Amino acid sequence: MIAAGLLPQAEMVHWWFATGFLVLGLLLAAESVAGGEAWGRRPWRRYLWPGLMFGLGVCLWPVMTFYTNSTIHMIAHGSWAQVLMLAGGAELGLARGKLTSQYWRLCTVLAMLVSGGALLAHEQQHWLFARAAFLHHALGWTIVVGAVFPLVQAFRPRSVAAAAGFAATVLAVSVMLYADRDVAPIFGHLSPSAGVQHR
Amino acid sequence: MSADIAHDLQASAKERAAPLPLRARLVLALGPATSLGGLAWALVQPWRLTLLHPHGQGFWWLLAEAPLYVVLVGVLFRLLLAPGIVEDIKAGVER
Repeated sequence: MIAAGLLPQAEMVHWWFATGFLVLGLLLAAESVAGGEAWGRRPWRRYLWPGLMFGLGVCLWPVMTFYTNSTIHMIAHGSWAQVLMLAGGAELGLARGKLTSQYWRLCTVLAMLVSGGALLAHEQQHWLFARAAFLHHALGWTIVVGAVFPLVQAFRPRSVAAAAGFAATVLAVSVMLYADRDVAPIFGHLSPSAGVQHR
Repeated sequence: MSADIAHDLQASAKERAAPLPLRARLVLALGPATSLGGLAWALVQPWRLTLLHPHGQGFWWLLAEAPLYVVLVGVLFRLLLAPGIVEDIKAGVER
């Protein structure tokens, strides 16, 4: 009980992850605009977004530990942590040259399908129950549909449209995470069983 | 005036006059656009900035200034990353 009082609220954790995804989206957008050649001219830059993706996966472990209020939440957060680390690790391997096959990009596709699927599966309420429920559904579908972009990149690594689409998907995820509140209405709807809106 | 200095001045004037490629301009615009988004958010929802009314707020609420995070990300991107990327785009165009 004391530990729960000391922890930041879930919505704040969403905003911190939103900031991580905003940085990730900006890096991906800059890479898609600059082009792979210019982006890779400074070797350290190649590791930036894969490293951040891996780091976001690592940061999800404490979320799984401290924000587990049901088994399905634990499985969802744990699976996100694993697949984000896998995707980040694969991209780091590609950036370093230790992995050479472009099909390692499919790890990002897997990460997005698992993340989106987990978001949809662990949201028990309908779309208009509260803002958090709406955003879980919206995030889940955005990520599942957005998986098409890294899928295209796995087969056509130089596709600018796919790179821009991937960046846009990550930026959309960031915006939705920033919009999250623990108890807030969505389009004027807030179920009485959602709790009391605190702010 | 020394011919070397004149040559350098002419070269730097040319460098200044050379228009930036569109890709470089887009990269330079990413950071300010992000910061503007954060600023607009802060203006539309000022209650999201607890620093504006800090009395009675706990530590986490004072730390969680989401619109400021967006502004900060944009500023840091513009200052730390964008110049190097633009330089490399220009170097690629010149080659």
